[in-house]
This record gives sequence, structure tokens and C-alpha cells, in this order.
Amino acid sequence: MSEEIAFSREELLICVLARLVQGARHVAVGAASPIPGSAALLCQALEPADTRVTLLHSRRYNQFTDGARELFDCAGQGRIDRFFLGGVQIDGQANINLVGTGQYPQLERRFPGSFGSAYLYYVVPRVILFREEHSPRVLVPQVDFISAAGVSPPDVYRPGGPYALVTNLCVFLFDRARARFQLASVHPGHSVDEVHDQTGFEFDCPAQVPQTPTPEPQRLALIRSVIAGRIAESYPQFANRVFATAQPADTAL
Amino acid sequence: MSTLTLDELATHIPSGCLLAVPPDYSGVAMAATRALIQHKPQGLRVLCVPVGSIQVDQLIGAGMVDSVEAAAVTLGEFGLAPRFTAAVQNGSLTVKDTTCPAVHAMLQATEKGVPFMPLRGLLGTDILAHRDDWKVLNNPFAERPDPLVLLPAVQPDVALFHAPMADSEGNVWIGRRRELVTMAHAAKTTLVTVERIVEGCFFDDEQLAAGVLPGLYVSHIALAPRGAWPLGLGDAYAPDAEHLAAYARLARSDDGFADYLARYVLTPVEA
Repeated sequence: MSEEIAFSREELLICVLARLVQGARHVAVGAASPIPGSAALLCQALEPADTRVTLLHSRRYNQFTDGARELFDCAGQGRIDRFFLGGVQIDGQANINLVGTGQYPQLERRFPGSFGSAYLYYVVPRVILFREEHSPRVLVPQVDFISAAGVSPPDVYRPGGPYALVTNLCVFLFDRARARFQLASVHPGHSVDEVHDQTGFEFDCPAQVPQTPTPEPQRLALIRSVIAGRIAESYPQFANRVFATAQPADTAL
Repeated sequence: MSTLTLDELATHIPSGCLLAVPPDYSGVAMAATRALIQHKPQGLRVLCVPVGSIQVDQLIGAGMVDSVEAAAVTLGEFGLAPRFTAAVQNGSLTVKDTTCPAVHAMLQATEKGVPFMPLRGLLGTDILAHRDDWKVLNNPFAERPDPLVLLPAVQPDVALFHAPMADSEGNVWIGRRRELVTMAHAAKTTLVTVERIVEGCFFDDEQLAAGVLPGLYVSHIALAPRGAWPLGLGDAYAPDAEHLAAYARLARSDDGFADYLARYVLTPVEA
């Protein structure tokens, strides 16, 4: 094994998400998503001619000019091929809940709402679910409210859907035909047993589960030198906490 | 063109009206919202286009809102909207949950003067299950089964937002924030606050004209420098992070919210 370079949890996750995004022509990233945003910018830095990135809450990286509707119109035409969604709860059929827990409508805990998930989950070919917290209260047998359904009956027009689920512990890939997650890799420092203990839904688990690759040294350097400055435009507090970017913008270039 | 004071503008938002408001990045008329809270109309039905901000949280906290239609209500990076969350959890607020493109589509139907718009997605969600006003029909052009959600046109009584500038003929420059245009096209009355009013006509300059909402759609304008504060406005000013964090903390309790109102809303302050 070559010499290990120390990396943070965020840097590992950026590299994990970037591998899932790679090959996309156009990746879009919604609100409150500094790690997915960094991953998208990393892919663009690696293949600038082939990767278009839209960060919705950026000025520089949001080039829509037709108002808030344009993201959805663009996605509806198949012009966006990766998007990220999260969930207050995510279940084993990849249903996601962004509305709250308890009996709707008078919920025990209300969260902001479904945003564009009820549409984008259906039309973006590969939606990557990303939720850092990996616990039985997040990864549940059945969500309390379906903001967006994991799978649809065959007569429903659905070019899009869930592709993978990434957490602090592992990567799952989603099999749409079987409506089940399969454990694809476990992050360094964590175990398959821990994933079983912390997951509230059933999933497929091969006999040998690989470890999630550590960040490629070249990419790690690129994240620290270039991506940190670029993500700071949208997420100055995140960039400063993770990369200690005192000054925002592309000063590293 | 004559402008109104914020106080006069607020009188055009009557009790029980359907009030359309923009998301936090688009130009939220916060100064006008403070004037509105002083007037305290009751039973507002708020349509968030498509996500509600601190503005909606304050209107809910002030006890002025019966129902909210929104894809989300949030303080963004400052966390959950505390008054919204509390009102849902104690059952005092009706929420019509929706999804962002559905809000846009329902306004676009009104823009076009057609009764409904179809939208992909939504099938199999609990959003759809709880919307008695939406219908699922089969695509009449398809040879095979192709179910599709139909959304009725929505016409806000009032659209309220803040923009960088108006000209002396009542045209408003919104730049690329075209969800404001959709709102204004669809609403019966459009109320706009602006940072400044400039002499002349934006249509004399083609570069400016591309980002203009014509006065045709604008009912009233009020001048409100820093009128989006504590939210930001485009490249003019950033959100006031310290103030928003303080609000998020204070508004967690009824007493804290009352304190906030007393300090920043009921006693007018300069931003």
C-alpha cells in the first residue's frame, strides 16, 4: 500500500460522490448541499469539457435565466442526468420523506417540505441519495410520508429514479427491478456489522463487501487547492470549517 | 407614476386573501412584511413560490395565516422555520404540501389563461394523496396507459416582492429572477418594493429591457432601501447572517418570538 495521506470525513464523501457522478453531462445540486456541490465541482475540474455543473444557490454556477422553473423544465427534457436528494427518512424501497415524522398532517416533527423531489426523482436518470446520518431513525422500514416514491408501476412514465445511497458509513446501490438496496462498499473505519446494526431496512449484502476506496491523492490535492475556493462562493462557512479557506473565491488559481 | 409608502402598500393586502411570495434568494419584501404585521390582516392564505422563508415564518408567528401552500418553508442554512414548525405540530396551521414545479405550473396555467397544467412525477406520493384539488387523468394522446397529474390554475389575489429598481413609468427591473414575472402575470394585484426609483424608461435600453417586468403587470410600488433585509438581494447585499441566526434562536419559543416582534417589527428599525 502506498503512503496514506490523512483525509477528513467530508473529503472522503466528496470523492465517493464524485465517483458516482463521473460521466454525467450535466449534474445539478440543490439547496444546503456543500458536499454534493463539491463533488460536482470536482468532476467538472477533472473533465471540464464534458461536465456541466449547476449549483442552484450559487450565482456563478447557476446559469439559468428563466426563473426557478427552469431547473424542472430542463430536467423534464432529460437535460440533467444526476441530481442529489436527501431525506428525513429513507426506506428500503428508496421512498424518501422530507416532510416529517408521525401521522400526517399533524406531525410529531415537521421538517421543511418536499422541495422538488416529487418531480426530480422521477425524471432525472440517476438520483443519488445522500444523508450523512446513518441510523435506524433515518433508514427506516417504511417512511411516514412519501415525498417521492422509490419505484413506480410499469405504466408510469419514469425515466428517472434512485441510483445510490451514500451515508457516513457506506455506499448502497439501488436495484430498481427488485426495489432493494445492495451494500456496495463500507467506508474505512467502519464494518458491515455496524451497517447492519444502524440500518432499519433490509438490504442485500454480498459475502464479501469491499472497503470504500480512500480519496485518490491527486483528487485530494485538487479538492484542497481548487474546489475549496470554488465551493466557498456558495458555502463560505462549510469551506472555512473543512478546508480553512480564509478567503473565498478562486484565489488558489 | 406615484409611489406608496410601505404603510399604504400594506393596506392592499386584505384579510383572507391569497398572497403569493417568492423564495429567499429572489427578492423578499421584508420591510413591507413588517408593515403588514403592524396592520395585522387575518386569515391570510399564503402561496410560497415555491419555498417560504423567514417572511412566511413571521406572518405565521404573528397569527395572521390560516393556510400555507408550499414545497417547503425553511430558514435555509439557519435551520427549520421555528414558527411554521410549531404551528404545524400544534395543529393551528393548515399546510397544503406541494412540490416546486407544481407551484410554477399552477401559476403558468393562470398566465396562459388555461384551466390546468399537466405535470410529470408526483404519482405514488403522499403529496398527491392529500391533494383533493388535483386529478390524475390518462394522457389523451397516448395509445397506451399513461397516467398524468393535472393541476388547477391558481390565481393569487396579491403577489408581493422586492426588486432592485423601478423606472419613473412604473416598470420594474427584476434581472433574471423570472419567477417574479410568473407571479406578477398570474396575480390580480402585484405589489412591489424597490431599492430605488430611477428617472427615465428601462425600454430605452435593450440590455435593461430583457430583465424588466412591464408596468402593465404592476399595481403599486413602494420605495424601500434595503427592503429585503435581513434577507439579501442579488448582488446588492448579502443576507444578514448574524440577524438570521438570532431570529432562528429567538423564534423557537412564543416569548422569544414576541420579543423579536417587539424589537424589530412593531418598533420600526433602520436596517
